Amino acid sequence: MVCVDDAAVRVGGRPLWSHVRLDIAAGEFAAVLGPNGAGKSTLIKAILGLVPTTAGSIRVLGERPGRLADRVGYLPQRRSFDADLRIRGLDIVRMGWDGDRWGLPRPGAGRAARERIAEVVDLVGASAYAHRPVGQCSGGEQQRLLIAQALVRRPELLLLDEPLDSLDLPNQAAVAALVGRICRTQGVAVVMVAHDANPILAHLDKVIYLAEGGAVAGPPREVITSETLTRLYGTPIEVLRAGDGRLVVVGQPEPPAAHTDRHASSRTEGNRRAVR
Amino acid sequence: MTGVGLALPGALGHPFFLHAVLAGAAIAAASGMIGYFLVLRAQVFTGDALGHAAFTGALAALADGVDLRLGLFAATVVIALLLGALGRSGRADDIAIGSVFAWITGLGAFFLTMYATSGGADNAGAGVRVLFGSIFGLSAKQAVTAAVVAAAVCGAVLAVFRPLLFASVDPAVAAARGVPVRVLGFVFLALVGVTAGEATQAVGSLLLLGLLAAPAGTAQRLTDNPARAFVLSAVLAVADMWGGLAASYALPSMPPSFAVVALATALYAAAFAVGPYRRRTAASRAG
Repeated sequence: MVCVDDAAVRVGGRPLWSHVRLDIAAGEFAAVLGPNGAGKSTLIKAILGLVPTTAGSIRVLGERPGRLADRVGYLPQRRSFDADLRIRGLDIVRMGWDGDRWGLPRPGAGRAARERIAEVVDLVGASAYAHRPVGQCSGGEQQRLLIAQALVRRPELLLLDEPLDSLDLPNQAAVAALVGRICRTQGVAVVMVAHDANPILAHLDKVIYLAEGGAVAGPPREVITSETLTRLYGTPIEVLRAGDGRLVVVGQPEPPAAHTDRHASSRTEGNRRAVR
Repeated sequence: MTGVGLALPGALGHPFFLHAVLAGAAIAAASGMIGYFLVLRAQVFTGDALGHAAFTGALAALADGVDLRLGLFAATVVIALLLGALGRSGRADDIAIGSVFAWITGLGAFFLTMYATSGGADNAGAGVRVLFGSIFGLSAKQAVTAAVVAAAVCGAVLAVFRPLLFASVDPAVAAARGVPVRVLGFVFLALVGVTAGEATQAVGSLLLLGLLAAPAGTAQRLTDNPARAFVLSAVLAVADMWGGLAASYALPSMPPSFAVVALATALYAAAFAVGPYRRRTAASRAG
């Protein structure tokens, strides 16, 4: 599905990451982890073909990135919809179906669209509120509708950029379980950028940890370890496993100050934090 | 209303009224369609600024001795694109509009004085005609031109309806799907400019916002379905236009632009009363 081979990306002349190797097969669920500013979203954009690689190669569904945009679903990092927006959730999903087509729909095209939309809305469990104006749905409800929008054209690859951000803990768990289920039952390969690996840890097949100058990819148990992360970041890092299975990474370095930090408050947490 | 209805068959026998009904319908339909997106994209203020541009453009053309419509369309389209360029990503922002606004209106006053002092009493009335429209004064040729331009705007909006809706609601995903979000923003503003020029001929530059915003606002109160709201907005605008023309014919002391805008506003107010505005409290839906 996705094959990243020794790829590197520069942003503004600076190397963001390099020597990234990653292989994701159909039905696999991979997470992109790393500190803020490590280039997690940029990896997604490189897979979409929106950011060029400066070394190595990326193949998506056997082609160069961007060639098969129709078969890739994408959920960008976002804020929520305006509360006054008078558009139903169903219409948001419909935009994923034919929102990029010019002219008027062919007569009769509406029925196939409605059937597929009902199917995908049911799949994400949004049937109860999909007919409501999307601005009046909660953050978790909006996120499910947006996942439905990304899924409606039956993509083979789903790229999700921090879909759990800004959700409360029960919703994080529910959306993570939903993505894991879609991955298994629909055979869709999923690449998810995550701020915190814990809500998705149980569903993951692979993780890729990005750092300046390098990256490590593999099964979570092999990558999220004290030895691997210490080697990757070149500074002592300890991975602790809490009683409930959650992981805590201690001593993870912050990115260079040149990056704007969206989560400014997290800097003050010092160097004790959950896996990111 | 019965009196108005009975008066209509006779009214259509008058060429001036027939011209107004035909041109007015096309102009209103275009205004309703464009207005839907203005409301959706929260760009209604752009329409207001273009009303001022229309006033100045029309009077500049008159002062220059050329066809009023030439100045009208040139001013509205150029200012619409300028507002887009000043704002970010093809959406004009408030400060840009506000700054351009006052300067343009001042220029209009300048051209009005220049034109009014260069001719007789008829010239002096030009300002009022531009500000409040003169739909009963359209010649057959002017009415046909106005109708053709308005029909072209309607066709263009229908052609870009789905990508424009996507780009208005969800620009990031639309861009990833290959929709040219920024270019589409400028195309839309150019269409707003043309529509503002059209609406000026019908209800005047001061009142064109009534035709752009009120039917669209009414439609969005009545339905959450974007395709339905879009069509309803166009239908309501035409209904406002015809209703206003009929009322103005029945009561000659009532200017048509007032009747049209009054009807549009009345329907908008009525939509507040009957519309299923199922707004839940923000607190109970948060999270």
